[in-house]
Amino acid sequence: MAIGRRLDPALALAGLGLFLVVPPFLPQWITFLLTLAWAKALAVLGIVLLLRGGLLTFGHALYYAVGAYTAGFAVKFLGVHEGLVALGLAVVTGAAASALLGLLLARYRGVHFGLLNLAFSMVLYAILLKFYEITGGTDGLRLPTPLLAGVKPDAQHLRLTIYYVTVVLAALLLYVAYRFTTSPLGYTLRAVRDNEVRVEYMGASVRQAIYCSYIVAGVMASVGGVLAGFSVGHIVPELSFWTQSGEFVFVALLGGTGSVLAPVAGSIVFEFVRNYAFKYSPYTWQMTLGIVLLGIIFFLPGGLWSLKGIAARRWTIVTRRSQ
Amino acid sequence: MSAVLETVSLTKFFGMVRAAEDLSVQFQEGELVGIVGPNGSGKTTLLNVITGYVKPDRGRIRYQGKDITGLSPRAVADLGIARSFQMPQLYLSLTVLENLVLALAIRAGRAREFWAPLERVDRRDEAPRILEQFGLEEHASHDAGQLPEGARKLLDVALSFARRPRILLMDEPTSGVSARDKSKVMDTLVPVLKGTGVTTIFVEHDMEVVQRYAERVLAFDEGKVIAAGSPDAVLRDPTVRRALLGQP
Repeated sequence: MAIGRRLDPALALAGLGLFLVVPPFLPQWITFLLTLAWAKALAVLGIVLLLRGGLLTFGHALYYAVGAYTAGFAVKFLGVHEGLVALGLAVVTGAAASALLGLLLARYRGVHFGLLNLAFSMVLYAILLKFYEITGGTDGLRLPTPLLAGVKPDAQHLRLTIYYVTVVLAALLLYVAYRFTTSPLGYTLRAVRDNEVRVEYMGASVRQAIYCSYIVAGVMASVGGVLAGFSVGHIVPELSFWTQSGEFVFVALLGGTGSVLAPVAGSIVFEFVRNYAFKYSPYTWQMTLGIVLLGIIFFLPGGLWSLKGIAARRWTIVTRRSQ
Repeated sequence: MSAVLETVSLTKFFGMVRAAEDLSVQFQEGELVGIVGPNGSGKTTLLNVITGYVKPDRGRIRYQGKDITGLSPRAVADLGIARSFQMPQLYLSLTVLENLVLALAIRAGRAREFWAPLERVDRRDEAPRILEQFGLEEHASHDAGQLPEGARKLLDVALSFARRPRILLMDEPTSGVSARDKSKVMDTLVPVLKGTGVTTIFVEHDMEVVQRYAERVLAFDEGKVIAAGSPDAVLRDPTVRRALLGQP
């Protein structure tokens, strides 16, 4: 007997193919927005994974900043210019930070879990702001163009190269997240959301399930932080600020939690809506975002990803009628 | 014959309410015991204390001769004591099959695996067999939240049964089920449980169900056992009838 809803490999590969083939024909600013969207989608993915366990974090930007600053410190203090090494270091620091904080946070649920995460992210923000000699304070740190497997990307195609690296790595992590959601741990996390008492009575540890999932979510955001840092070339303490965490939660709701691909859809739509909102109403662009979120909550409570289900149902009705 | 599970002078008060007082009961390997009593007589409290959900004020619980008093529900489950609930405790957003395979994964100690798909856990097709035993195969792909009450009750017990327990505690397995379906639920459960030799203790309000299915009955009132023995003998006992039915 088959279990669970499968990711449609044809749909996933077609989507990935589209993102690999089309960008060389797009203006550079769109490629840049897409790069940022894919990088941020990883942080959102971490939030979505935790949401499947009924856990909403308002401080996930903490790990996003940990990843970005890991790359910054690697350049500044270790002279590391190899992007893949920086990414490896970000995985380690993201895992270490989430493993450490997870020891405490896995004990909490609901608003306490959300706000404790927020508190820790603001502690990191203050540290990044105040320790100027190390972190660059409000000026932040510059992230020079990284080497990729020892090769310096061609300046003319730099943006596109970073885009491709981001998309390929993000796609790999999306696959990891997909495996996670279909694994016993992924299901245990959903079971925790449904019924913690039953999970304990069945002999599984709720705390361990949350702890392991929290580390996975932390690593996802950390890698997203490095990729965003490479894309922008500059990192600032605001990466850990509560508004950044709020943005990730916003995108998680926008995309929905129905699939590991939903954060990508949400993140891309968000970046473009924000960009155009800022362009056409620079003083009220936040209001535009708010209206979009209200629209999603009222008309698509399952997020943008639920459009796929609606379209599939409509298609079934149309094909039945035509037969 | 030594008892597989026993409580020794178990006492539990909730404020002024006496849920168990100096309660000493024994359960033998493989027997099917019904527990009856009026509301608040301490039936469910006994299950909660045995499974570690509630800590007793005094007294001990012994399982296969070992003291298990105060262990957590997870530790008790690991020892081979499982339970079902008066309100079925299911994973409502998962399908019936997913509920069951997850139970198998937890039993196999694979709940923390995060790469192999869940379905790989059940290579021997144990889940479909259990679904068939419990008459749930037609619901396999339905979300647990969409099941009718009788099927929910059966799934609740099936999840506990999937752990291959040595002792199964069932809290009112037929409550909330229509009169017609009560027999159907019990006729499904009892042969499966007797067939595997699991010691089963069930709390029940319906005297007909107890009389028909239990091999031995304990009658509770105010945290004490007021009668014990065969179903006929206990249910005819005037003290029991007074406590349960208010009959003189």
